Amino acid sequence: MSGKPKLYYFDGRGKMESIRWLLAAAGVEFEEEFLETREQYEKLLQGGSLLFQQVPMVEIDGMRMVQTRAILSYIAGKYNLYGKDLKERALIDMYVGGTDDLMGFILMFPFLSAEDKEKQRAFIVQKATSRYFPVYEKVLKDHGQDFLVGNNFSWADVHLLEAILMVEEKKSDVLSGFPQLQAFKARISSIPTMKKFLEPGSQRKPVPDDKYVETVRRVLRMYYDLKAN
Amino acid sequence: MSGKPRLTYLNGRGRMEPIRWLLAAAGVEFEEVYLETKEQYDKLIKDGFLLFQQVPLVEIDGMKMVQTRAILSYIAGKYNLYGKDLKERALIDMYVEGIADLMQMILMFPFSPPDAKEKNLDSIKERATNRYFPVFEKILKQHGQDFLVGNKFSWADVQLMEAILAVEEKIPAVLSGFPQLQVFKTKMSNMPTIKKFLQPGSPRKPPPDAHYVETVLKVFKK
Repeated sequence: MSGKPKLYYFDGRGKMESIRWLLAAAGVEFEEEFLETREQYEKLLQGGSLLFQQVPMVEIDGMRMVQTRAILSYIAGKYNLYGKDLKERALIDMYVGGTDDLMGFILMFPFLSAEDKEKQRAFIVQKATSRYFPVYEKVLKDHGQDFLVGNNFSWADVHLLEAILMVEEKKSDVLSGFPQLQAFKARISSIPTMKKFLEPGSQRKPVPDDKYVETVRRVLRMYYDLKAN
Repeated sequence: MSGKPRLTYLNGRGRMEPIRWLLAAAGVEFEEVYLETKEQYDKLIKDGFLLFQQVPLVEIDGMKMVQTRAILSYIAGKYNLYGKDLKERALIDMYVEGIADLMQMILMFPFSPPDAKEKNLDSIKERATNRYFPVFEKILKQHGQDFLVGNKFSWADVQLMEAILAVEEKIPAVLSGFPQLQVFKTKMSNMPTIKKFLQPGSPRKPPPDAHYVETVLKVFKK
């Protein structure tokens, strides 16, 4: 055993991607085991490693952690990316809650029918530009600091960068009305650990494709389409 | 200003109910403002009270907090219901997140179309009895302690208690295969702050009815 955290998920973004981002931001190397077959998943289930029968699952510090939010909070706390006190943590939690909701709309995207995809794309862009981006634009403008909370790099910054890049994949000029966020994106992308994660060959996963969708459906036996928002 | 936390939501459970439970469990008195009209909600947004244009909103310690999880984490941290260290916090987070997934099914239930209600009820029953309750039954059996984490009352216990009662409202005999959970439920019911919250006249809200559903649809109409 290497002592490195080990991630159990599909070979793709999904709910694990935010965890990859945060570990990478903290400069933590990690291993991955990719679920490709139903048999692998059932083996994990039978072995009792999945507390609620679900992935993501991360083996870290002797624990088999499940529940994305719990895993992210643990990593943030352990690597000092969670603010300096309860109030800063509250701000980080609020901001991450927002970007999580936004990324949630994108998460379901590959599993929508073709016609729902167009509808959802418009919905994502509308929510990003009218509900979420303005909030972070204002936070950055109001305090004029480099980072969202407490003048210190935190989970909130990592999550926001991830969200920005994901929305840009749906509409490349989506940041055009948000000068603060453009500067933020450039700044956070140039932090050494983030820069490394954004380079080819890192453990960052690509935009989900048909093969990914097929794998998830097969492993989870999830053959229905999700509904658009 | 009273200094008490102030909750803004509809006059019903929804996403605010776990917050009411947790504040009550911590022995914290709070005030409530009820949204009854779309105009009230639009005004809150216009006045900049709602960070992401959504409720729940909890005004606490000079902050206008939104995002249910953020609010719950803050309350848990402030009132020592979040374990003693990072690892206990990790366990609590895992447990409350799992329970939240179950509660989400119950939250959405009143808004499902009539022809889907039976199927959804079956799903709730299936998930509760096959996925969630067995986990907590096992945890309590294995360590033999009164509380889920660290031999101490925490947010996880409050959340589980709320979930048990919510599922029982839909499926009265649901705990029949879970002796540890039955004992747990009794113990929690007898804790002074929870006992008080379970008495009539407390801020606890009743199960959602047609009027509540109507109000939700009206207030949040686009």
